[in-house]
Amino acid sequence: MENLETLATEAKAAIAAAEEGKVLEQLRVDYLGKKGQLTALLKGLGQLSPEERPAAGAQINVVKQELTGLINERKQALESAAVEQKLAAETIDVSLPGRAMTPGGLHPITRTIERMEDFFAAIGFEVVEGPEIEDDHHNFTALNIPEHHPARAMHDTFYIDEKTVLRTHTSPVQVRVMESEKPPLRVICPGRVYRCDSDLTHSPMFHQVEGLLIDEHSSFGDLKGLIEDFLRVFFEREDLAVRFRPSFFPFTEPSAEVDIQCVNCGGDGCRVCSQTGWLEILGCGMVNPKVFEMCGIDPEKYSGFAFGMGVERLAMLRYGINDLRLNFDNDLRFLEQFI
Amino acid sequence: MIISEQWLREWVNPSLDTSALAHQITMAGLEVDAVEPVAGAFNGVVVAEIVGAEQHPDADKLRVCQVNTGSETVQIVCGAPNARVGLKAPLATVGAVLPGDFKIKKAKLRGVESFGMLCAEQELELSDASDGLMELPADAPVGSDLREYLQLNDSTIEIGLTPNRADCLSIAGIAREVGVLNDLAVTAPAFEPVASAHDEVREVSLDAPARCPRYVGRVLRGVDATRPSPLWLQEKLRRCGLRSIDPVVDVTNYVLLEMGQPMHAFDNDKLSGGIVAREAQSGESLELLDGQTIELRTDSLVIADQNGPVALAGIMGGQPTAVSASTTNLFLEAAFFSPIELAGQARSYGLHTDSSHRFERGVDIAGQRAAIERATRLLVDIVGGEAGPMIEVENADHLPSWSDVEVRAERIRRLLGFDMPADEVERILSKLGLGVTAIDGGWRCSVPSWRFDIAIEADLIEELARIHGYDNLPVTHIQGALVMPSQPEGRLNIRTLRRQLAANGYQEAITFSFVDPKLQQLFDPELEPIALANPISADLAVMRTSLIPGLVAAVAHNTKRQQPRVRLFETGQHFLPGFKPSDTPDKMLAMAITGPRTQESWTGSAQPVDFFDLKGDLQSLMALTGRAQDFRFEAARRTGLHPGQCARIYCLDRAVGYIGALHPDEQRKMGLSAPVYVAEVNLSLISNTRVPEFVELSKFPEVRRDLAIVIDKAITSHDILENVRASAGPYLTSLRLFDVYEGKGIDPKQKSLALGLTFRDQSRTLSDEDVNQAVDQVIDSLEKNYKAGLRN
Ligand SMILES: [Zn+2]
Repeated sequence: MENLETLATEAKAAIAAAEEGKVLEQLRVDYLGKKGQLTALLKGLGQLSPEERPAAGAQINVVKQELTGLINERKQALESAAVEQKLAAETIDVSLPGRAMTPGGLHPITRTIERMEDFFAAIGFEVVEGPEIEDDHHNFTALNIPEHHPARAMHDTFYIDEKTVLRTHTSPVQVRVMESEKPPLRVICPGRVYRCDSDLTHSPMFHQVEGLLIDEHSSFGDLKGLIEDFLRVFFEREDLAVRFRPSFFPFTEPSAEVDIQCVNCGGDGCRVCSQTGWLEILGCGMVNPKVFEMCGIDPEKYSGFAFGMGVERLAMLRYGINDLRLNFDNDLRFLEQFI
Repeated sequence: MIISEQWLREWVNPSLDTSALAHQITMAGLEVDAVEPVAGAFNGVVVAEIVGAEQHPDADKLRVCQVNTGSETVQIVCGAPNARVGLKAPLATVGAVLPGDFKIKKAKLRGVESFGMLCAEQELELSDASDGLMELPADAPVGSDLREYLQLNDSTIEIGLTPNRADCLSIAGIAREVGVLNDLAVTAPAFEPVASAHDEVREVSLDAPARCPRYVGRVLRGVDATRPSPLWLQEKLRRCGLRSIDPVVDVTNYVLLEMGQPMHAFDNDKLSGGIVAREAQSGESLELLDGQTIELRTDSLVIADQNGPVALAGIMGGQPTAVSASTTNLFLEAAFFSPIELAGQARSYGLHTDSSHRFERGVDIAGQRAAIERATRLLVDIVGGEAGPMIEVENADHLPSWSDVEVRAERIRRLLGFDMPADEVERILSKLGLGVTAIDGGWRCSVPSWRFDIAIEADLIEELARIHGYDNLPVTHIQGALVMPSQPEGRLNIRTLRRQLAANGYQEAITFSFVDPKLQQLFDPELEPIALANPISADLAVMRTSLIPGLVAAVAHNTKRQQPRVRLFETGQHFLPGFKPSDTPDKMLAMAITGPRTQESWTGSAQPVDFFDLKGDLQSLMALTGRAQDFRFEAARRTGLHPGQCARIYCLDRAVGYIGALHPDEQRKMGLSAPVYVAEVNLSLISNTRVPEFVELSKFPEVRRDLAIVIDKAITSHDILENVRASAGPYLTSLRLFDVYEGKGIDPKQKSLALGLTFRDQSRTLSDEDVNQAVDQVIDSLEKNYKAGLRN
């Protein structure tokens, strides 16, 4: 059986040296196949004595199993090396930018209006829009601003003709709501408004959000609570100081102007607040009973309040925009900051 | 309104410092816009007299003055042209500190010693005048401290008054407010009225009593108008923003500031006959005090004598009858002009005066006589002369009269949210000058003659809230029934559209609603845009008929700033001719793109965008409605757009918008180097969405067949696809156009379309026969209708 040992040694060396699957396959055929060398040895057992046969057969089988195992092992090793090599070749630079489309975004004014709409919608206000070309009645008369009233001069109105104007505020939308719907009412009216004025701090077109609440029990206290809440939510400052000052609007009585502590300097005084520590932020008041009467609402039964604010001012304070005109230049370097 | 704090404190003097007083006034609704000291910060400045003045030996423009400081005579070198012997002027002595922390030291000017500095007004920050030394009155006490002498420890307070508070356009009015706020008595200056010393009068008649229901006049004889205005008078006017003119005008201005009653003084010798307040007659003109001559309109009120108009009533006096240095006899006027009647008059002549400002808002109905009394006293004291009897004419029927106003305690509680104590209500209202009578459940109030803004209960409640302090009112939260609002699922929310556009790389723009008429003409020449009567400028003169012009201009703004790739959208109203405010406005969406399809990237060079990029983005919006198949694009022409790359968009049979490439001519005119693609749709017409309806999923397999057909180039893919859908029978579930080919291997007049047809049935597996039959029908129909052949 020296032959067997030599054979086994030879075979093991050949298996270990094989670098390809097909070489291994050939070795399997050469040693273990029907005409293979081990098979030949098994066939040769017949020449031995019956006593020797079992032991010799067992020896050959051990070698056969050993070689089978070695071939399989080697085969697996070759296969996994090949996979690893393939994976290594497929490695990419994962830090390269993705193929996605660069996103655009909303204008800061729209972004601000949407935030405001959400705050008020959450407490039951409905968003209403209306025409930007308005008649004299809805823009002025129904709001208790008769012809030649000095308050009209405050408005710097754009005229289309004697009786038609570009709305100077979104209050006419509120008039339209009061004329067509029955209280209780809670609406906010966002939109473009126009004043014949253009300089560093005035744009001939800008945006307002005005609100109106009418029911059988609303008070100036409710107005104060609502406005304070809104301003604190808008600026995300729990401790924002808010103050109400008496003012004058023909469509509200009492009327108030609302100031907040300067959000730029915290009230110490700076360029943004003209060193006063306060920023004038919105106007509001209890709806004037004359306005109710003109819109067909019983001022004895109902009371209500209205408020209005400039969106540009709020957006500029919120995002730190320092030039009003940037809002209408539509420069991508500006717009892309609000994605 | 600008006032001097010191003057206010002569009337009422609360224990508050300047800033606390300003804050208090602001919080009462009289918004303080600015508080400024009346002079700069300085000390060591005294009243001095120049007793000697000689030419500087080595400098043409300098003088060497000997100056009496009260305690000694010092030498001062001075360059002011008005430095002369006898002049009294402010002297900053050695050791004085002037505004800007400028310390005065002994100095040598061109070799001559100088012990201090004689000052101009500007150097003391008293005014901007710097053309010479400040000239002090001859009776100024030499040696006294200038700050004390001129009472310069004072501030001007500028108050931005709301138009309803005409009653506060005077020291008296603001003092009244401060008195109520501090619960202090208000003291008007005491003076002895001037008794009449002669009986010269001038007849006055009110020919337009609705416009001028009261006129008070008085003749002053023998005045000396050459006398200077006393310093205190000049200073008070200066601190309230008025320039000293002459003693007579200064006095009328003083009364205007103090009492709020505008006055006018005529040269009595230049008037002839009676005075009449009447409407102007056709053809009359008037030379005003400011030198301009106006043609009077017949709707204007004038003060006239027998020769014609002598003043534009309540606005400005006339030049020919004006007071001058040689005037010796005066006719004083204090009238009441109705605010409603006067409204708009000054502006219609391009004028705005302190007088018209007050009359338009309403002056105290009862204040005319008192104003004449006050002015007479001041004039007699300053320019001398003798007063005649008071001439007072009125038409009581036309004087405003106000009904009493009632206020209910319950209403106060409801509107302000708390019960205001009765004594507080009574205190506030009576201190404001109202007559207050308690009635059942509230109070009845008579309105004082100076308040034009109290007519209803809410006005009284505002006064209560204002004086009580808005900050002291309770803070509560709104309450109401929580009713769920309807939210139709079949309406597309504009926010969804905006988000989708942003996700597709679009930035939202906001452009002006008014555009340049020339730009509008480039795109909508057939529409006559709505024009503004008073545009802010010629390039913002008409209302946009489309959002495209503004958006394309915004694209150009960016491409000119090294931003070659631009994608913008805008939503908003457009304004078509004939729009009426009662119409529901259209809400439009416009999009514009130019430049490379994607940002520059390592993944490959970006191709420039084309028509189909924009169309695809638009279709992705239409897909949001769930009814993409309802939209179609039909080749069309439109001014401003490329004739071969433009489509009208339909939703079912309704035109809802258009899309196309900017015409190369327009592109060039707008300075755009690359093609721009634009689209505009009417959002109101595409916002109905389909609420989903479930369809059973088929258990049976689908079968796909591909067809390549060759057709004439002019036939649209839309027509082919419609024809296939119509002829393919009931099993067709999807149809794709997956290739369009023109070129090699195809007749140059033809093109090839590759179609993928998918068939399926809900209830069984389709046989080859079923599918073949459907495909044959499609081929037959295409051949018959479009002469389509199969490609190889
Ligand atoms: Zn600040």
